[in-house]
Amino acid sequence: MKRAIVFALIAGALFGAGLAVSGMADPQRVRGFLDLFGAWDPTLAFVMGGALIPMAIAWRIQKRMPTPMAAERFPLPTARDLDPRLIGGAALFGIGWGIAGLCPGPAIADLAIAPVPAATFVAAMLGGMILHRLLAAAPVKQPTLETSNV
Amino acid sequence: MGDVFANAMPVQGLIGGLMIGTASAIMLLGLGRIAGVSGLAARATGITVDGAPRPLAIAFVVGLPLGALLVALILGPVEARFEQGLAALVIGGLVVGFGTRLGSGCTSGHGVCGMSRLSARSLVATASFMVTGFATVAVMKALGLGL
Repeated sequence: MKRAIVFALIAGALFGAGLAVSGMADPQRVRGFLDLFGAWDPTLAFVMGGALIPMAIAWRIQKRMPTPMAAERFPLPTARDLDPRLIGGAALFGIGWGIAGLCPGPAIADLAIAPVPAATFVAAMLGGMILHRLLAAAPVKQPTLETSNV
Repeated sequence: MGDVFANAMPVQGLIGGLMIGTASAIMLLGLGRIAGVSGLAARATGITVDGAPRPLAIAFVVGLPLGALLVALILGPVEARFEQGLAALVIGGLVVGFGTRLGSGCTSGHGVCGMSRLSARSLVATASFMVTGFATVAVMKALGLGL
């Protein structure tokens, strides 16, 4: 477990550093990308393109790995259905993203850069997550593989 | 048209993107987990019991500001212009929190990890939040709010 925690900490730090280097820690730059019909700033598209390259390779490697390097299995998302919750939830997320210029990663990374406004957003975000949990239909326990993050 | 992309940072964007993708690859190949920040944040705070073991989620989430801080210390100040005002931060935060739980992911989980896996769910989710993100900023500008 100790080795796994080091992996997670390094991944988180590298992720946060990438957000800072790429300009994605700046809500105005993100809103510049979302301002498609104004002075559009394409930087976010370069970030997304850059991030997809290592991950596309990683998925190919993953197929040949029996287990991860510091864990026992790959409990990866298996859900396939394009249900209203997926589409509606993503649509809502996009609205909040547009309103604030922040998504979860940059908001949490910004706790070290602009602590007060970042903490305000993160607190509200956690409030929204708790609200979802409270409103979610009776907690039907799905097979654990289907409840991961994607 | 000449100055449309005047403020773009394609090189920094690409380098930062490669770092983000490599971090996500470490999560996948090292721990067998999706580097989805909304899910990991919910797991780290105990809002959900699903997903990665909690210590791993906490380590990843703590790493995010640490990495940003390292960049600020090594390369100099990191730009973070918060001009959106308190109402936008609070309303945006609430909607982002609720929406990412309902939709099972955000820019990292669906956008980076899911799209690179060619997951149909993630492609649809990413298209969905991109469209509403563009529309929200367009509507806010039309109404004279922000930007």
